[in-house]
Amino acid sequence: MLKPLKPHPEKLWLTRARRALHYGDRPWQGLLVVISALVIVLMLAIGGLLWFKSAGARSAFGWSFLTPTANPNWDPVNDLFQAWPFLYGTLETSLFAILFALPIGIGIAIFLAELCPSWLRIPLNWSVELLAAIPSVVYGLWGIFVFLPRVVAPFGVFLGETLGQIPVVNALFAGPIPASGSSRLAASLILTIMIIPTISAVARDVFLAIPVAQREASKALGATEWETIWQVLIPYGRSGILGAVILGLGRALGETMAVTMVIGNSIQGGASLLFPGYTMASIIANEFAEAVSQLHTDALIEIGLILFILTLLLNILARFLVWQVARQMPQEARS
Amino acid sequence: MSNFSELMNRNRVRWARQRKIANAVMLTLTGLVTVLALIPLFWIIGYVIIQGGQNINLDFFIHMPTPLGVAGGGVLSAIEGTLVVTFLAAIFAIPPGVLAAFYAARYPSTPLGVALRFSTDVLSGVPSIVVGLFAYAVIVVPMRHYSGLAGGAALAVLMLPTIIRTTEEMLKLVPGTLREASLGLGAPEWKTSLSVLFPAASSGIITGFLLALARASGETAPLLMTALGNERFDIAQIIRSGIQSHMNVFQVFWRIINQPVDSLPLALWKYAQQPYPERVKLAWAVALVLVLFVLIINVSSRVWIQNRSRRMKG
Repeated sequence: MLKPLKPHPEKLWLTRARRALHYGDRPWQGLLVVISALVIVLMLAIGGLLWFKSAGARSAFGWSFLTPTANPNWDPVNDLFQAWPFLYGTLETSLFAILFALPIGIGIAIFLAELCPSWLRIPLNWSVELLAAIPSVVYGLWGIFVFLPRVVAPFGVFLGETLGQIPVVNALFAGPIPASGSSRLAASLILTIMIIPTISAVARDVFLAIPVAQREASKALGATEWETIWQVLIPYGRSGILGAVILGLGRALGETMAVTMVIGNSIQGGASLLFPGYTMASIIANEFAEAVSQLHTDALIEIGLILFILTLLLNILARFLVWQVARQMPQEARS
Repeated sequence: MSNFSELMNRNRVRWARQRKIANAVMLTLTGLVTVLALIPLFWIIGYVIIQGGQNINLDFFIHMPTPLGVAGGGVLSAIEGTLVVTFLAAIFAIPPGVLAAFYAARYPSTPLGVALRFSTDVLSGVPSIVVGLFAYAVIVVPMRHYSGLAGGAALAVLMLPTIIRTTEEMLKLVPGTLREASLGLGAPEWKTSLSVLFPAASSGIITGFLLALARASGETAPLLMTALGNERFDIAQIIRSGIQSHMNVFQVFWRIINQPVDSLPLALWKYAQQPYPERVKLAWAVALVLVLFVLIINVSSRVWIQNRSRRMKG
């Protein structure tokens, strides 16, 4: 005859403890919750710490740190700092990079999602994603010794002779480009190569998420393949593509090593794309370890804070857009 | 009348032809830009292999850097430093990353789960140089000196989002019936997670680790203000002197991680900017090592993941 199972009287406390802890599930869940909360805290801590550590520079310079000036100060010896040239350099190089990368990235996404034969799809996907895996310093090295003399310098001369002669856009394309090719143009072109994978991967996913019915309807009306893409698919995936662009912009803003190696690192640059310049990330990379005073360190950290805030805002915006697209196209999405 | 309809027809034919041509041109263009984007990839890889291959030899791997003008010399200190920093990053990032991924995969829609996935997204977008500043403020400032430890912490923050996301994806691929079977047999949640779900997804998770490690090992920017660089970093030397002065294992380990270390990308960055041809040659050799490492890990782990997810779905 079976007796009902009873806990061993001497180990009763152990059984009770086990029951109270749901046989280990309570501590386990507690652990998961704590670790997950720590990841969130980590994100907040990055912002918070940069904010507190840059207090010195913020109180010393206020908003004049960021306002546009013709003659910016960056004078570690006399403790005078203004971040405008770096802000300008970052924005100009990133925006031009987006301008170059957008058509290419979208073209790749269209090719991969719509046209490419299936045997070619996986190798092409991987190759484009490998572009994102190559370390930034290697881009920089290749940039200095190959890309700058062979591509950027001739292209810069060409831009200076054509667009540089037109009165209005003159300000952005005034030459001459330095003989070495080190310029904001070089930085933009390297950034273009580096953000193409980001843009094309996200845009490709957007195209793949558009229901087949949209394509069929358009083709049934007699539209060609290209008209379907241009007049149906792109408007349909508009906000997702915008999200891709913003993600690419976020990457471009924070890219450090390759840009630092090819941009020429000059504070007095003028507005032109063909002149050497500086970016926020590259001034931190170049000067942080050798900062001469506390205020110098603080100013560099404040530049880091600006960079953090910019990328944070861009990321939130991009995620929101991509998430909205994903919500719009629920069931009938193509796999 | 007939004239008019003929004109209409001709216009229609021309219009149709224009649309066809536009179609062909634009579709060809998308193919061309794809090729255009791949040119830099093959150009870089090819150039690095040719230049690096000419300048790499055994000395490169087994000798410490020599002063300028002295022949021979390698980058042993940088190789050791890269290993130390990447190893520390893996230790710091993998356990919390996996646990957070368990949470994200199990409770995707609780407020904490949503916040977790959002912060993972944000963290993956934070520029690496900003992460470097963070690690500087958290570790270098209180300790008052640069260290491999700080470098490892910075890289860990960079790896964390990748690890969380790939682990979460892989855990989601495990069929729900497996976990139900385990729970049905009376195994508690934690045992189900650790000894059923994790092993079922382990190969995908491990390739995720490898991808994150490959990425981290090529990072330079955050190391500039954390690991700093140290051409004399020599683990063998540290261990030898540790044995001589009767230090225990932990003290030796602490000594290894508690001083500035070199790393391959840092060495590349330094050598590339020096005006001496022999240093530039060394930089190309370093680039070759980095690129091959990244390529091998990327390609092999992608093949692996591809097979794995196909098997799981099928």
